[in-house]
Amino acid sequence: MNSTKVLDVKGMSCPMPIVRTKKEMDTLNTGEILEVHVTDKGALADMPAWANAAGHTIVDQEEDAEVLKFFIKKA
Amino acid sequence: MTVIKMTAAEVARKVIENQSLFILDVRNKDAFEDWKIEGHSFDYLNIPYFDLLDGVDEIIPQLPTDKDVLVVCAKEGSSLMVAEMVSEAGRDVFYLEGGMKSWSSYLEPIKVSDLTGGGELYQFVRLGKGCLSYMVISEGEAAIIDAVRFTEVFTNFAKEKNVEIKHVFDTHLHADHISGGRHIAEATGATYYLPPKDAEEVVFDYTPLEDGLTVKVGASQIEIGALYSPGHTIGSTSFIVDSKYLLTGDILFIDSIGRPDLAGLAEDWVGDLRETLYRRYRELAEDLIVLPAHFMIIEELNEDGTVAKRLGDLFAENHGLNIESEEDFRHTVTDNLPPQPNAYEQIRQVNMGKITPDTDEQTEMEIGPNRCAVR
Repeated sequence: MNSTKVLDVKGMSCPMPIVRTKKEMDTLNTGEILEVHVTDKGALADMPAWANAAGHTIVDQEEDAEVLKFFIKKA
Repeated sequence: MTVIKMTAAEVARKVIENQSLFILDVRNKDAFEDWKIEGHSFDYLNIPYFDLLDGVDEIIPQLPTDKDVLVVCAKEGSSLMVAEMVSEAGRDVFYLEGGMKSWSSYLEPIKVSDLTGGGELYQFVRLGKGCLSYMVISEGEAAIIDAVRFTEVFTNFAKEKNVEIKHVFDTHLHADHISGGRHIAEATGATYYLPPKDAEEVVFDYTPLEDGLTVKVGASQIEIGALYSPGHTIGSTSFIVDSKYLLTGDILFIDSIGRPDLAGLAEDWVGDLRETLYRRYRELAEDLIVLPAHFMIIEELNEDGTVAKRLGDLFAENHGLNIESEEDFRHTVTDNLPPQPNAYEQIRQVNMGKITPDTDEQTEMEIGPNRCAVR
């Protein structure tokens, strides 16, 4: 999956992963993809819920050891 | 305006004392619908924190000014962030220290009654999870029944009361929460009892909890008697304490009955459950006070915060004890079961000693309501 930008929020706990993701998304153009690396387990439910509410699409999701990776396409 | 920390203990007092509270729950909608802080006089607003990142102006008019507003999230971080925003908008506001994680862990010890000869019976109410544990105290000794995993709450309480923990029982192999029984016994040298039929796969030593077993707490007076009462699990055992109290484990609750499926054998155990509820318990004195191992809804709490009711009253009022036809009973307890508790299979493995997760993993497994009942 090709991403436009990678955001590393590993080690950060709620609410920071979403706060940082939102800030980063605001700098992207429609259709670009942000790749977010996060270790906070709360993101598993919160990231899709936030993306859905904001209108963005999670186009892919991976789990690599303890790291969750979300690929979010900007609306 | 100010942001003030509220502890789980303070929230527990508000539940027990029937005080009002407005809860702004900033977890996502699924989490809120699945499980929240229940109070007799609590009001709620659920807006996920990630919908408030651009500001809280829209929700300020929805926050009351005549009662405390408590912001709640899973672990604390998001509630603190939202509370600060609400405060900047000119309102005093509280946040829950440690979030739902800490609410799920909090235990409130409440005295149920004095017992014969100066003994005492305490119920430890875990409001966030609906778990109930018990301590019987008499003449310098204590017995504990269905202890949850916060072992130091029990050992510290025993120290405060200046009693030695001699007996630790589990009424059955729990599937909704992690037992603290074995660890309390290890730490204090007490005997740990488990029903052998539930313990076939456990990997530690235990003393078999057989039907008819009795132990005395203290030198003379208080007797705890075991009564085999299968149905929730094949080993489920009840206790009669001081001839007055019936500890039913997960077989009979105040407003519901135990479900037979959490060890995967609903069809096999439904007959045992019927037999226990409609025959074994019927032979007991109706004046026994039922003390279950769980409550499911806040309405099951008495005015003093305890969960306890006369057996005769339950025979009259509990729907699960009033299903005449065996066929209807079978349908009720096997067809329309609620979702199973979070991670119940893993929790059973922990309670068998097969896996030993760290504290964070244990907390994660225990997220959510207990769901041991069928109504």
